[in-house]
Amino acid sequence: MARKGKKVPEINAASMADIAFLLLIFFLLVTTIDTDKGIIRKLPPMPKGPPPEVEVHDRNVFVVRVNAFDQLMVEGDIISIDDLRKRTKEFILNPYNSPDLAENPQKAIVSLKSDRGTSYDMYIQVQNELTAAYNEIRDEYALQHYGKEYEALPKRLQKEVRKQFPMKISEAEPEETGNQ
Amino acid sequence: MLLFFFMVVTVMREKTPLVRTRVPEATEIVRLEKKSWVVYLYIGPPVRTDLYGTAPRIQLNDAFGSIDQIIEFIEHERSQRDERVRPFLTYSLKVDRETSMGIVSDVKQELRKANALKLNYSAVRRKE
Repeated sequence: MARKGKKVPEINAASMADIAFLLLIFFLLVTTIDTDKGIIRKLPPMPKGPPPEVEVHDRNVFVVRVNAFDQLMVEGDIISIDDLRKRTKEFILNPYNSPDLAENPQKAIVSLKSDRGTSYDMYIQVQNELTAAYNEIRDEYALQHYGKEYEALPKRLQKEVRKQFPMKISEAEPEETGNQ
Repeated sequence: MLLFFFMVVTVMREKTPLVRTRVPEATEIVRLEKKSWVVYLYIGPPVRTDLYGTAPRIQLNDAFGSIDQIIEFIEHERSQRDERVRPFLTYSLKVDRETSMGIVSDVKQELRKANALKLNYSAVRRKE
């Protein structure tokens, strides 16, 4: 009876768009797409007792030094950061069997030592180049043997490649030379 | 639709930065998988240079910390996480690019003492 004539009350939806728009702008402003990226490294555990005597052949150690003025020295030569990747790859792969470079990639060790005054930026650049050298080598090896890049390989094969080219970067405690 | 996108994507910054961390640029960077598995340590010059000077400081959570508070901080962060997650925690160092290595390596030594060995040197992708 009375029901028939009654209309269902409507909600005024005209402002909905405004509200949605406001919210949109709020989230737009608040959003910071945080970049959680970086270079992954593993620290060696603290030694319990005196360090074991490990015999490492001189030729298997790739000496990288950075001083307080961000100068880079590799195996006695002062070089620029742009050459570091090439030198590292040459050292690890030793394509011409030079007696001064690593016997084989498994034995290759990179010894990195910085100064307390070295800038963090420089340090990361060096770490980056070393990582890049290893990544490139692994990629080349993976392409040659499995026809795919390292990242595209299944976990098992990635492990295999890593075993071939283990990334051994030994970091010494930075020294205090030269004033900061 | 856009609204929902931003609502989902938004992560509120839970910490107010006390130090400036303009992280260095690099090319060989890896994305960290799980956000809740990461513990952050910030090192850099204070934002309020008028109050705190320009010497680089360490920020742990919402306050300045000193070198010898790091172990305690790590333990605290660990205790807050699920037990199963603890072995997989990554410690992300967000360090300003102009900081010198001295303070960074001091922090690294402390992390070794706390047996926090999985590190991530935070960096942004270099634009070629």
